[in-house]
Amino acid sequence: MDHIISVIVENKFGVLSRVAGLFSGRGFNIESLSVAPTLDPSMSMMTIVTTGDDRIIEQIVKQLNKLIDVIKVVDLNESEFVERETALIKVHTKPEDRAEALRIADIFRASVIDSTPTTYTIEITGDVNKIEAIINLLQPLGIKELARTGRVAIAREPLRPAAMQPKRVAKE
Amino acid sequence: MKLTGAEIFLECLKREGVKTLFALPGGVVLKIFDILHQQKDVNVVLTRHEQGAGHMAEGYAKATGKAGVCLVTSGPGMTNVITALADAYMDSVPLVCFSGQVPTSLIGNDAFQEADNIGLSRPCTKYNFLVKDVNDLAVTIKEAFYVATTGRPGPVLVDIPKDVSMNKADFKYPGSVSIRGYNPTYDGNKWQIKQAAEAIMKARKPILYVGGGVIFSGASEELLELAELTHIPVDMTLMALGAFPGEHPLSMGMLGMHGTYWANMAMHHSDLVIAVGARFDDRVTGKVSEFCPHAKVIHIDIDPTSIRKNVNVDIPIVGDCKSVLRELTQILRATVNGDQKDLRKPWLEQIREWQRSHPLAYEQDPNGAIKPQHLIKRVFELTKDRDPIVATDVGQHQMWSAQYFKLAKPNRWLTSGGLGTMGFGFPAAMGAQAAFPDKLVLCIAGDGSFQMNTQELATAVVSKLPVKVFIVNNRFHGMVRQWQDLFYEGRYASSYLDATPDFIKLAEAYGAVGLRASKVSEVDDVIREAIAVDKPVLVDVPVYQYENCYPMIPAGGCNHEMILTDPPELKKKQPAGSKVAGEDKDTVLTA
Ligand SMILES: Cc1cc2nc3c(=O)[nH]c(=O)nc-3n(C[C@H](O)[C@H](O)[C@H](O)COP(=O)(O)OP(=O)(O)OC[C@H]3O[C@@H](n4cnc5c(N)ncnc54)[C@H](O)[C@@H]3O)c2cc1C
Ligand SMILES: Cc1ncc(C[n+]2csc(CCOP(=O)(O)OP(=O)(O)O)c2C)c(N)n1
Ligand SMILES: [Mg+2]
Repeated sequence: MDHIISVIVENKFGVLSRVAGLFSGRGFNIESLSVAPTLDPSMSMMTIVTTGDDRIIEQIVKQLNKLIDVIKVVDLNESEFVERETALIKVHTKPEDRAEALRIADIFRASVIDSTPTTYTIEITGDVNKIEAIINLLQPLGIKELARTGRVAIAREPLRPAAMQPKRVAKE
Repeated sequence: MKLTGAEIFLECLKREGVKTLFALPGGVVLKIFDILHQQKDVNVVLTRHEQGAGHMAEGYAKATGKAGVCLVTSGPGMTNVITALADAYMDSVPLVCFSGQVPTSLIGNDAFQEADNIGLSRPCTKYNFLVKDVNDLAVTIKEAFYVATTGRPGPVLVDIPKDVSMNKADFKYPGSVSIRGYNPTYDGNKWQIKQAAEAIMKARKPILYVGGGVIFSGASEELLELAELTHIPVDMTLMALGAFPGEHPLSMGMLGMHGTYWANMAMHHSDLVIAVGARFDDRVTGKVSEFCPHAKVIHIDIDPTSIRKNVNVDIPIVGDCKSVLRELTQILRATVNGDQKDLRKPWLEQIREWQRSHPLAYEQDPNGAIKPQHLIKRVFELTKDRDPIVATDVGQHQMWSAQYFKLAKPNRWLTSGGLGTMGFGFPAAMGAQAAFPDKLVLCIAGDGSFQMNTQELATAVVSKLPVKVFIVNNRFHGMVRQWQDLFYEGRYASSYLDATPDFIKLAEAYGAVGLRASKVSEVDDVIREAIAVDKPVLVDVPVYQYENCYPMIPAGGCNHEMILTDPPELKKKQPAGSKVAGEDKDTVLTA
């Protein structure tokens, strides 16, 4: 199962290579990784999507915590969270497919952010299933380029007392 | 008053109480060497290779418990010290290594002798720093020592560009530092410690499995107290030798691949493993799925990543051995009643039985070739009243040393465990000697390993580090030959060491003393003679070449399935025990 780990790190030179080096050096998988500053400019947040059994995930979390430039590690799968990813999809369209491309974008509430006589660039935000679904539908029309941000996620604010929440909630 | 970076560097070392710096100069660190040249507070030991400097700093650190410090130049100086950094990282040795770097304006330009020191050292240091501004130098050095010596110790690199050592800044040394992402846990969780105490009270066949963490933590007294209170036998890892008195009745000696029969059997049959500052290395667990099949596991370790990395743990306790053991003993003292000794009797009796049936053994024909075990055992016996520090290289001689040196105290044992770095022993011994000029410091070396850092003989002579090196000379990469005997049908691919130098002449060429024992009857005398000399001594002892080290658990095997002697088909092939090293070259080449 995919695990989403959010990591608050020092915003300084070399930190990304320490994190990446940890994953490659120990043979852990990275499915995706996104990095951006936090409200406090001295820190950045990395969202890492990884896979592995419980023991591997436990090691990943511990090893990340051990890095001196890592300030906080949260395994989001420990509680409920919401996740989103954005993709920019440039579709190459033959004249007879242009309407179909727009229809697909519409169904997914995606927006067209650039257009030429032979292409549309579609922006879509959603969970991974949604992104993959639209890609699957657009593929037969001809995807020319694809840029994905990787997943970002954030814990849901608990409404109910913590004790009543299911321990692990699948993401979908 | 403003100081140059080089002067700040020196002031920082003084504030950290650094007495000895192992170093080798080069262009970008000349300013620093120039300052060092004009002072007397820090003794600079000029080594002949940066790897030597790194291992000397490690030996210094292991013997003193303080950070060892070395200084190397950019580019090749840095790449040469990498082996020592990797070694220190694997064995959690506190080290602060300073490297020179090209001027900040040239970084990234493929400047002369430029290397990406930060990138090179990242996977083999606990942390590393590039100092880009002389104003940050003092606080960075403070942080480097802090990180190297706290929590799970380890090597830290500080990379200093040339201009940073020349530029000036106000000097102010911080009294303390705090790093928000780095807060080691020292006190164990009280509830978990109580759980551990309860498990200990219930156990019938408990075993203490202690590791290097006990030594780093200075927890030997606490360990002794716990073991004696509860009558629990103590297995030590290679890194823990000396953490518990080797000749104590509860000492089981070393466990693992070449551990004693009883240490491994006790582990396999125990119902409670109490791991203290040990990391369940594969040389200890053997086949993980069959490791300690009947036991609950308590694991005390300061590094959470060590816990449940290799084996499942029932009661994890993150914390410093010293404080956790103290607390654990306190609880137990209140609950234990007098009958612990009786309670433990059947278990200890079982262990005695294993000791009686399978002692460490070798045959020494008084007129035959010297057996390596005999040499090592005699070095131990003839020096133990002087409480020596012992370094080893890597190979068979290292394992025999681990079996026969029953050290009484911690910080006396310098060996490379995790990385298994040949060439470690001699410089490590010199580092310890630099820290304790009046102590007897021994090195049990392999003929192969010694040749990896021979050049440091010059350092030993010039810097007056009178270490006593015993070369267990089997003219082989003996450990490799042993594996070839057991797993490659005796095909000795690249394990025979031809053209080994005459070590007596070699020692003399450097101005050291060379000695040799060629017969069993000369062994004791040569040992006595060597330790009486106040100079570096190289003792060459040609030994029986085909001796194999047992017990042995084959890699990935189960701990109770040890090979105890040469298999019969091997015995037939090997020349008899009377052959002396060097005489049977033909046999070797056709084997
Ligand atoms: C040829 C060869 C053969 C070998 N054969 C054997 C063998 O037969 N048996 C054997 O045991 N080893 C053997 N080794 C060594 C082996 O590879 C490992 O290096 C060794 O087993 C690790 O020892 P350790 O578990 O004590 O860990 P160390 O590497 O000493 O690690 C120390 C542990 O303690 C923790 N720690 C550090 N400070 C503290 C503190 N203050 N409080 C609490 N915890 C702390 C650390 O986090 C770490 O988990 C061999 C090596 C070689 C080269
Ligand atoms: C730097 C390095 N290279 C290679 C090895 C692999 N290796 C392990 S033991 C050994 C042989 C050691 O020979 P020697 O020092 O003579 O010791 P002996 O086993 O003969 O006692 C070798 C080559 C190593 N541990 N370190
Ligand atoms: Mg040898």
